[in-house]
Amino acid sequence: MRSTRAAVRGLGSARHGTGHWILQRLTAIAGVFTVLWFVAAMVSLSGAPYAEIRAWLGSNFNATMMILLVISAYWHGALGLQTIIEDYVHGPALKLGSLVAVKLLAFALATSSIVAILKVAIGS
Amino acid sequence: MARQAARPLSPHLQIYRWYLTMATSIAHRITGVALVLGLLLLTWWLTALARGPDSFAVVRAMTDNILGGLVLFGFTFAIFFHLVNGIRHLVWDAGVGLDKETAEQSSYLVIGVAGGLTILTWLVVLIFG
Repeated sequence: MRSTRAAVRGLGSARHGTGHWILQRLTAIAGVFTVLWFVAAMVSLSGAPYAEIRAWLGSNFNATMMILLVISAYWHGALGLQTIIEDYVHGPALKLGSLVAVKLLAFALATSSIVAILKVAIGS
Repeated sequence: MARQAARPLSPHLQIYRWYLTMATSIAHRITGVALVLGLLLLTWWLTALARGPDSFAVVRAMTDNILGGLVLFGFTFAIFFHLVNGIRHLVWDAGVGLDKETAEQSSYLVIGVAGGLTILTWLVVLIFG
């Protein structure tokens, strides 16, 4: 999407592949830590009442980890969906439309998650 | 697009014999897409937690039953499979383990470790939860 017209007209690569590749791996490495923390946290919270879960997310560490999880996961997910769309969606309009939709939705949902985390963390 | 459809296609999924490295590759994509859906559930969980006990009870009602538990079990396997297979991809990125025999063996390793971690996680939940 950020490439020059000549590049997307099939006259060469868009030269953004490396950036995508590196970010996919960086967000993957971040995900290894945040996801393992998340699974352990969910296991320890299983069956916990509302107040306890709220207090748990109220801690600085847990709120920070949850925000990092949300950022790394939505970023990684958006990059992954982008690759899948580029592989399987071939109509130019549908392809561009779905790529834009994925990026915008990822930003919107990640932001609303972070706002929710902050609301709990600052409110507690 | 319509003009291209009549052209001969290269062999694809229906033609190739299924083999394990292919299955784990496809499973990596499928679990990736599934985890995006799981991420939507996480966002719903977080926003409900922020809204209050009533909203949170609605999420709880969805997840705290047999069907919800099965879905969470599936998400747990998707998490561990994508995590372990993702590490396999990072190892491949370093140029290690790309030959046919090693890739075949690491397929078994990934499935075993991901399955084992999933079962272990749920044993802990069921015993201590």
